[in-house]
Amino acid sequence: MKINKLILSFISAVAILLSTSVVSFAKVVGDKIVLGAAISLTGKYSSNGVHTQNGYNMAVDRINSMGGVKVGGKTYKFEIIYYDDESNPKRAAQLAERLISQDGVEFMLGPYSSGLTKAIAPVTEKYGVPMVEANGASRSLFTKGYKYLFAVLAPANLYLDVAIRTAVELNGGKGVRIAQAFEQDAFSQDVRLGILDAAKETGSEIIIDDKLPKELNDMAATLVKVKQMKPDVLVVSGHTKGALTAIRQIAEMKVDVPMLAMTHCDAAKLSKQHGKNSQYALCASQWHKTLTYKDNFFKDGMTYAADFQKEFGYDPPYQSAESSAALLVFKDAFERANSFDQKKVRDALAATNMQTFYGNIKFAPGGQNVDKPMVLFQVMCDGAGKCENKVVAPLKWASAKLIHPIPKWSDR
Amino acid sequence: MDFMVFQYPMITVQACLDGILLGILFALIAYGMALQWGVMNIINIAQGDLVILGGYIAYFMYLYGIHPAWGVIVSPIIMYFVGVGIYKLVINKVVDRDLFISILATFGISILFMQLMNFAFGADVVLANSGYGTTFLFDSAVVLPNSKIFSAFVSIVFAICLVIYMKKSKLGRAIRATAQNARAAKILGVDTEKVYAATFGLNAALCGVAGALISITFTIHPYMGLPYTIRSFMIVIVAGLGNLPGVAMSGMGLGVFEEFADYILGTEFRIGSVFLLLVLILVYRRFKLSKKREYLK
Repeated sequence: MKINKLILSFISAVAILLSTSVVSFAKVVGDKIVLGAAISLTGKYSSNGVHTQNGYNMAVDRINSMGGVKVGGKTYKFEIIYYDDESNPKRAAQLAERLISQDGVEFMLGPYSSGLTKAIAPVTEKYGVPMVEANGASRSLFTKGYKYLFAVLAPANLYLDVAIRTAVELNGGKGVRIAQAFEQDAFSQDVRLGILDAAKETGSEIIIDDKLPKELNDMAATLVKVKQMKPDVLVVSGHTKGALTAIRQIAEMKVDVPMLAMTHCDAAKLSKQHGKNSQYALCASQWHKTLTYKDNFFKDGMTYAADFQKEFGYDPPYQSAESSAALLVFKDAFERANSFDQKKVRDALAATNMQTFYGNIKFAPGGQNVDKPMVLFQVMCDGAGKCENKVVAPLKWASAKLIHPIPKWSDR
Repeated sequence: MDFMVFQYPMITVQACLDGILLGILFALIAYGMALQWGVMNIINIAQGDLVILGGYIAYFMYLYGIHPAWGVIVSPIIMYFVGVGIYKLVINKVVDRDLFISILATFGISILFMQLMNFAFGADVVLANSGYGTTFLFDSAVVLPNSKIFSAFVSIVFAICLVIYMKKSKLGRAIRATAQNARAAKILGVDTEKVYAATFGLNAALCGVAGALISITFTIHPYMGLPYTIRSFMIVIVAGLGNLPGVAMSGMGLGVFEEFADYILGTEFRIGSVFLLLVLILVYRRFKLSKKREYLK
């Protein structure tokens, strides 16, 4: 009995010790603002998870070294607590819970992917924790009436909207015939809804509307239909595997289509993995380093890309750029709120209206960024087979002229 | 529902040819599964993951500038030793136990492999470009990527080699003897332990070949193994154990079935249709079996 009591008191002592130490870990300690993030460091999203983390870290270092965040006349530095969500939504929700209720985090950064953001948002909302996320574009995130969720990126339904409008424009304002194939996940289906809207508005017709499975690695059937029906535009969205599979099979089956629009080209390293076969593909992107947006921390896209390259050894994908932008938004909001009160910070976030190297940021009531259009780039290769992504739309930032229609395979 | 596939005869031909070429590749994986299922009574859930690992070997050769087609030779050699290693570490402990334990063990291996591959190679989808061209048939109404033809051809060559090996070689005979009756084989001096290890190694080697071919024809990713396990399971269920012509036929049948399901129901139901077929076949078999029982009464 005595021993039992002893053990019990020991355990409770440890528990008390732990709980106090946890409390002392909370949000703003000394001169540190502690942000929490669940990131996919392992599992199927691990590569993009790492891009996200690198983007966050890069911005934290930069903001801290350039004077930090000034609130109430005092200077604070950012610090992030990371947990690995294993690319698993359930785990992500648990970790958000843990970050908030155990670690006492009062401000959150988003995870990678729409699915995981969807899992975390109800938790942050419940506790009234402002979350700035940079990697969840699904439209459904912004229609739930979340008050504490802010996304620096354009919603998924706008991803390929520009492509359809450009095709219609090039067709003399007349509607085009669209063939589309989308994976059955929240993100790609939102991209699809965007295409449906654009088609309706422009009087375009959708002649093939295929759904792709999660374990996609063969879309020959869709492409045979495309060959038969000869649409004006082929739209494919199925994350990296969709982009890679589409290019491989289009090249192998010599499918001729005047315009090919896709998502996830740079995440798939399309031009590197497929070389010349990927030429002329149009890709939706949240950001490109040649855009001319500016801010005081990273200067512009080219400088950001060079600095990122120096630090992490690879060219930044847009996932990293938007993640860095999330920190800039937080810093700006803290300074305008001039307080660490969650409500005040939330209101300051909602009133954000700024330019970063990544683009303009202004949130709609739903939380999505409405001030930053998507860009389209086209894969262009030189004679030696070296391929590059060049921005072709919107025209304001175009660094190359769109090649349309795509030359036939027999002429290449 | 979309019956376009029947409206244009050329699309029907295309679907059949695509399906057959694909099916031959599936049959190769399924044959490996049937082999070790028959010999060791183990259903290997990690079959698809071995395939993917084999694919990564070819991919890495491609990365280092070697033509990925050589993966068809290198990958099975490496995978053979991987297979023997898995046998020595795990499978030999479950080989005489009931089916449930072996399924559990191989399921564990499958998860381990997925995570290890993800850890080692990253979560990116990758592929190896063979640079093979395209074959056009019927006035280019039917297109067949040469990579698909190549993989079907290689699969057939390997299957034939294996059949001859099983018939003629000492080890092949020992494997067949063990499959028929392990105890009797043991009494007659067959080192069944060695036979088991070799069988598992052979199975892994076949997966290696198939993986290299898949990296050339499709894409690979650490988490893409399961569909291949399911397909080979399905093929073996239909064909039965130790029935190579059956495996080949049911593999091609499944390939064609999948292609048609893809056209008619949509790509999203491709794998789903395989499951549905599996259920139908199991129900049908049971129905047939119960009839037989009545007859026996």
